[in-house]
Amino acid sequence: MKKVFGKPRSLTKDPFTYCPGCHHGIAHRLIAEVLDEFGVRERAIGVAPVGCSVFAYMFFDCDMICAAHGRAPAVATGMKKAKKDSIVFTYQGDGDLASIGTAEIVHTANRGENITVIFINNAIYGMTGGQMAPTTLVGQVTQTSPYGRDPKTMGYPIKVAEMLSTLNGVSYISRVALTKPAYIIKAKKAIRKAFQTQIEGKGFSLVEILSTCPTNWGLSPVEANKWLEENMIPYYPLGEFKNPEEVS
Amino acid sequence: MGEKVLMKGNEAIGEAAIQAGCRYYFGYPITPQSELTAYMAKRLLKMEDASFVQAESEIAAINMVYGAAATGVRSMTSSSSPGISLKQEGISYIACAELPCVIVNMQRGGPGLGSIQPGQADYFQATKGGGHGDYHLIVFAPSSVQELVDLTMDAFELADKYKNPAMILGDGLIGQMMESVEFKKRKENDLPSKEGWALTGCKGRDKHIIVPFSLDPYEMEGINLKIKAKYDSIKENEVKYEAVNIENADLIVVAYGTVARIVKTVISNAKKEGINVGLIRPITLFPFPEKIIAKASEKINKIFVVEMSMGQMVEDVKLAVNGKAKVDFYGRMGGVIPTQSEILTEIKKCLK
Repeated sequence: MKKVFGKPRSLTKDPFTYCPGCHHGIAHRLIAEVLDEFGVRERAIGVAPVGCSVFAYMFFDCDMICAAHGRAPAVATGMKKAKKDSIVFTYQGDGDLASIGTAEIVHTANRGENITVIFINNAIYGMTGGQMAPTTLVGQVTQTSPYGRDPKTMGYPIKVAEMLSTLNGVSYISRVALTKPAYIIKAKKAIRKAFQTQIEGKGFSLVEILSTCPTNWGLSPVEANKWLEENMIPYYPLGEFKNPEEVS
Repeated sequence: MGEKVLMKGNEAIGEAAIQAGCRYYFGYPITPQSELTAYMAKRLLKMEDASFVQAESEIAAINMVYGAAATGVRSMTSSSSPGISLKQEGISYIACAELPCVIVNMQRGGPGLGSIQPGQADYFQATKGGGHGDYHLIVFAPSSVQELVDLTMDAFELADKYKNPAMILGDGLIGQMMESVEFKKRKENDLPSKEGWALTGCKGRDKHIIVPFSLDPYEMEGINLKIKAKYDSIKENEVKYEAVNIENADLIVVAYGTVARIVKTVISNAKKEGINVGLIRPITLFPFPEKIIAKASEKINKIFVVEMSMGQMVEDVKLAVNGKAKVDFYGRMGGVIPTQSEILTEIKKCLK
């Protein structure tokens, strides 16, 4: 019988531990497919964050390290400097990258480190049980914004892709979503471009992936997809914010 | 015999690190160790397969070391007291992940922003772990520029041997001082291969993972037991100290680093006044030379500890003495260096 669909080589056989309807699984798979397609699994080193995807080290079948909360870009910098022929990627959530790790992400991007960052923005802290993230939308109810995020005291949601694309050191930045097949195809293309940017030595690349957290949003997987499309995409527009001309 | 050269302590550490094969340095400027960062920039940026990064923070610098060390290369960071505090999270991760690296702390007066003059108040932080959780660094306490060089090279070797971060615990005085030094050719020691764990890409092998955590407490306790066994072995095999005039001394002083240097002069001054003083100078602070101190305390009434702190190493001395002799303490703080005459006066008080 002809095999028409299977697990990418760059994923292990371990079943994902993520909640039903969470987008981490799709994001993991897309990265693994891209590593396979470029044939770089054996050169890849991934950096797992602190948060739900701390377990990414189990799921990618390539060398992996777990970083302290927010520090993945610094760890990746050290690895890439020491092992220049490796393909280094970080996988970080919004608490990790946009809150505790803002200094690391800004300066790693600004130095134009030749690494790829996959940034999962689900507008909430997942692992710790649904607290407000820097990307939580105005009015959004979380454990630590129980009356809704009030921008007067809690600030506005940070637009990471836009903010980082102002830096000259950055090569490629895109924001994508995974709520429907058309978006997933675009997301895969963006992840491909990001890794291609690194493989070609063109510098820092980042893909912001708008993701769901049905468990902490208190929605079913289907409702969560709808909520993301109706609430997140209008505030966090999809598209490319920076693209080296040569990468297409 | 190599050639003797006149070098500033901070720069001598840099040269020693490079001669020890360290090609990856990550740092952030802070007085009184900035010359080391500048030296590494000057040298490494001109070398092939080497890297220097002025990190955005001490936190980022230690995490760059974590990343570089994970690939199996020798890497280093350096700072002074407040900056070392910032690195503690990363150091705890590196110790848990069992990665080798060298961290230099040219201590200044504390606490808080403190002063920029020399201090020894980071002893607890350096020897008892420093960050969260149970772990130890291998801690060296040089008292001359030559020793900075030799111990920096030792630090890289022991870090590799034990897969553990090692710290050079100097102070602003040793870092800023110029002395003649020799970079001795060292014999090649057999060190364990890094191939079994380094992250180099999984070509031709199963993937390697570096995971400094476990959600299973029994598994996490297993990690603790594993590193504890390593610390026991370090305590058994790597203690270094210098003993001066301890046989038949009226009083034995325990001091390290800059203070030990001063005490050596005090010993000869005391002799002129007919006072016979000995010195035990720990060269490794972890492992601590407790056996020699315990032995010395059996034959003497009093041990006198001098530090540039409120009294930190004195606690380890008391544990080693274990009630067999009295332990007196004298300390200056905040960047103040005790003078020779001051220490001699205190010695006389001890002997009353």
